[in-house]
Amino acid sequence: MLEEVLALAKQHADQAEVYYSSGRSIPVSFEANRLKSVDARESSGIALRIIRDGRIGFSSTTDVDDKEGLIARAVEMLPFGAKAHMEFPSSGNYTMVPTYDEETAAIQSASLVEMGNALIGKMHREWPDVVWEGRVSQGVGTTRLLNSNGLEAEETSTSIGFGVEGTLVRDTDMLFVFGRASSCRTDLDTEAVAASLTRKLQWAERVAPAPTGQVPVIFTPQAVAGLLLGPLLAGFNGRSIVQQSSPLIEKLGTQMLDRRITVWDDPTNPFIPGSRSFDDEGTPATRFPLINEGVITNFLYDLQTAGQAGAVSTGSAHRGLATLPGPGASVIVIDPGDTTFEDMIAGHKNALVVESFLGAGQGNILGGDFSASVLLGYAVENGEVVGRVKDTMVAGNVYAVLEALDALGSEPEWVGGSLQTPALCCNGVSVSSKS
Amino acid sequence: MRDLIESALKGLNADYAEIRIEERETTNITFRGRELDEIGHSTGKGGNVRVCVKGGWGFASFNSLDDLRERALQAVEQARMVGNEKTELADAPPVVAIVPPHIVSDPAEVSLADKHRILEEYLDLLWGGPEIQTSSLRYADGYRTMYFGNTQGTYTEQARTDVNFWASAVARSGGEVQQASISMGSLGDFGLVHRMHDTVAELPQKAVDFLKAPQVKGGEYTVILDPILAGVFVHEAFGHLSEADHVYENPKLREVMVLGRRFGGEHLNIVDGAKIPALRGSFQYDEEGVEAHRTDLIREGVLVGRLHSRETAAKMGETPSGNARAIGHQFPPIVRMTNTIIEPGEATLEDLLEGVKEGVYCSNWYGGMTSMEQFTFSAGETYMVRDGRIAEAVRPVMLSGNVFTTLENLDGVANDLEMNEGGGCGKGGQSPLPVSNGSPHIRLRNCLVGGR
Repeated sequence: MLEEVLALAKQHADQAEVYYSSGRSIPVSFEANRLKSVDARESSGIALRIIRDGRIGFSSTTDVDDKEGLIARAVEMLPFGAKAHMEFPSSGNYTMVPTYDEETAAIQSASLVEMGNALIGKMHREWPDVVWEGRVSQGVGTTRLLNSNGLEAEETSTSIGFGVEGTLVRDTDMLFVFGRASSCRTDLDTEAVAASLTRKLQWAERVAPAPTGQVPVIFTPQAVAGLLLGPLLAGFNGRSIVQQSSPLIEKLGTQMLDRRITVWDDPTNPFIPGSRSFDDEGTPATRFPLINEGVITNFLYDLQTAGQAGAVSTGSAHRGLATLPGPGASVIVIDPGDTTFEDMIAGHKNALVVESFLGAGQGNILGGDFSASVLLGYAVENGEVVGRVKDTMVAGNVYAVLEALDALGSEPEWVGGSLQTPALCCNGVSVSSKS
Repeated sequence: MRDLIESALKGLNADYAEIRIEERETTNITFRGRELDEIGHSTGKGGNVRVCVKGGWGFASFNSLDDLRERALQAVEQARMVGNEKTELADAPPVVAIVPPHIVSDPAEVSLADKHRILEEYLDLLWGGPEIQTSSLRYADGYRTMYFGNTQGTYTEQARTDVNFWASAVARSGGEVQQASISMGSLGDFGLVHRMHDTVAELPQKAVDFLKAPQVKGGEYTVILDPILAGVFVHEAFGHLSEADHVYENPKLREVMVLGRRFGGEHLNIVDGAKIPALRGSFQYDEEGVEAHRTDLIREGVLVGRLHSRETAAKMGETPSGNARAIGHQFPPIVRMTNTIIEPGEATLEDLLEGVKEGVYCSNWYGGMTSMEQFTFSAGETYMVRDGRIAEAVRPVMLSGNVFTTLENLDGVANDLEMNEGGGCGKGGQSPLPVSNGSPHIRLRNCLVGGR
């Protein structure tokens, strides 16, 4: 089928690429402390990218029988298409990264229900006033790529994951705690997630006034993911390099951040969601540093942006079915330092610990700015957590706060699957709060 | 299609079942910088079956329609795994209806070459200034046809056409980067794309001005919102809390959200409804086949209604409001807003400004979010208010508040209602859903403004 599309497309184009993706998943959902729904979702589709006379034509469909339509629409786009700055890769010489687990692939909805019941049941028994909801999901996804330069590649991955949210309402005061984990195989640490939910609920039992002004702010791994990662990675994206809208252009090789900061993109991590042997254009996936000891070291490129920037693809192409590929991070790993989370808290007379946010990603993230309302965070007084803060906002610039880093955590955690980071204690964050 | 759906539903061993089938077609054109980045066309077809047995739900979604009966039986099995209570769905009179799309000016009648040419005009406007570093410009149109049938005799066919337009100019000076942007949409009106010239022409200057503008000092201010941002405010600060699926199974929240509770002053009136015609959130039947309503949420400051699916309405003993929506066949319908509006009052903008010694005036929008108790939203542009007048520009700010106190602090409603049709709403992994919101100018006392 894909071979047919490729053969037909080649008659209209100098180069052609066929991308196929298919997936099925079984999410089971829990509401109000009990099972609510069992789903089965399937989807598949084909995208065709062709290049003729230096221009790109593109179309996609979920109707796999519509070969002629797919080709005709891509051809129709050609006269208006973007200028091509690339050639499709020919080699399919990959180091295989394991992301498929047979046991996980065979999981049925009944065991997902059991898993969710166990976790939600436990949390509900321990915290009966909290209303729990959640979702446990298993999935299998396949990607296939063929192109006119002889590339043929296929990869199948499994996934399993869960997310649990607890809501505690006391009159108009509402507390939300959230925990999640995901993996390509059944090695999820539900105990660790339960322990972190318990810690959050305990720390949040009392409400305390927020320290305001420029106070040290301790970002838990969840908070690094929620607030800092987006603006940090925006500057490394090949698109913003090509557009010259990144503050990092001409900064390659420059020491911009604290020497303790090293950040990798590592899609070769076995059984980690986001890991893969090749990217969505067929370029081999590799491990490389974005920041090495505070020095800006690499940007994230797909074929097109690499061609525009005079660089080579870093194997960072990501795509959905209905759009052209674009560069992005796969599996981010931030190297740990030597301060325990406990010591970070103990070391401050006045500080704010932040966990989750509301409204992160609004505002000027292109320039590295972040600004958000704190959904869950705690005040630290004399080295101890004294309670949850309310009506509090934080703002800063990710480059500035990582340059003025106070302490780097020694306990890296996987957050949700595709990011591993320790906690960070940062200076230079502005905290404002309603009096 | 009706036969296909009805024969797959026939005789299922379930309390309730429905099938939704969709066809969609999308064209999008994206420029990044001066260069065309993407022009593409995609088509999709798929469906789902949703089944309720003893209060438990089973849902199956798919692309191929070949084994519809098999899928329905599978969903029944799934629902059986879940259900051990009672199926409660509020009554919805069966309807059979074919609803044509609302079309003012059909994007399908404009050639790709013309769309491309029109966008290029905007590109020239976006690059109006030496400090402009880059721009982005995006157009999309989408056709969606939905076929819906359930085991209670309802069968509907509905079609809709959406048009979207985004533009942003990015200015840069040294290490500082700022952007000014606009997002607009319409239900079935390509004419929108002809009407954006003045707005887009202002963007490059705004982005350059932001570079030079100082940052506001964070803290509490009296804030005046223009109608566009006030629309985002009502969506985030109150709209989500009025969605009954957050409330119906949480006894404490039901106490808090009891009808009759006072939320604001007598000048405050909030409505939502897909029945309000020709807006992005308008439709005739929701994704459970319930006819669209216009629902009073707050009347003279008091909570009088909320947004429902058939299940939440039954469990709360209220009337379904036609607010069950899904962004596509891959998802089950959940309770969503449609067109959410703060109704106009008597005041003028001048009245709202009067007496404000130091405050903040915010216009246009960038984004917004809510956790129900708390909400945040961000302005596209921000100015200081000094001695009752709009004064110097500052960097666009993010605002934050508590739902329960902020509506009490809403002390002024002007008479100049405008609709904001640029937004898409996200909830439960379903984004973006076409919605609109609207308001006149409003004034908030003691609103928390983020900043340095």
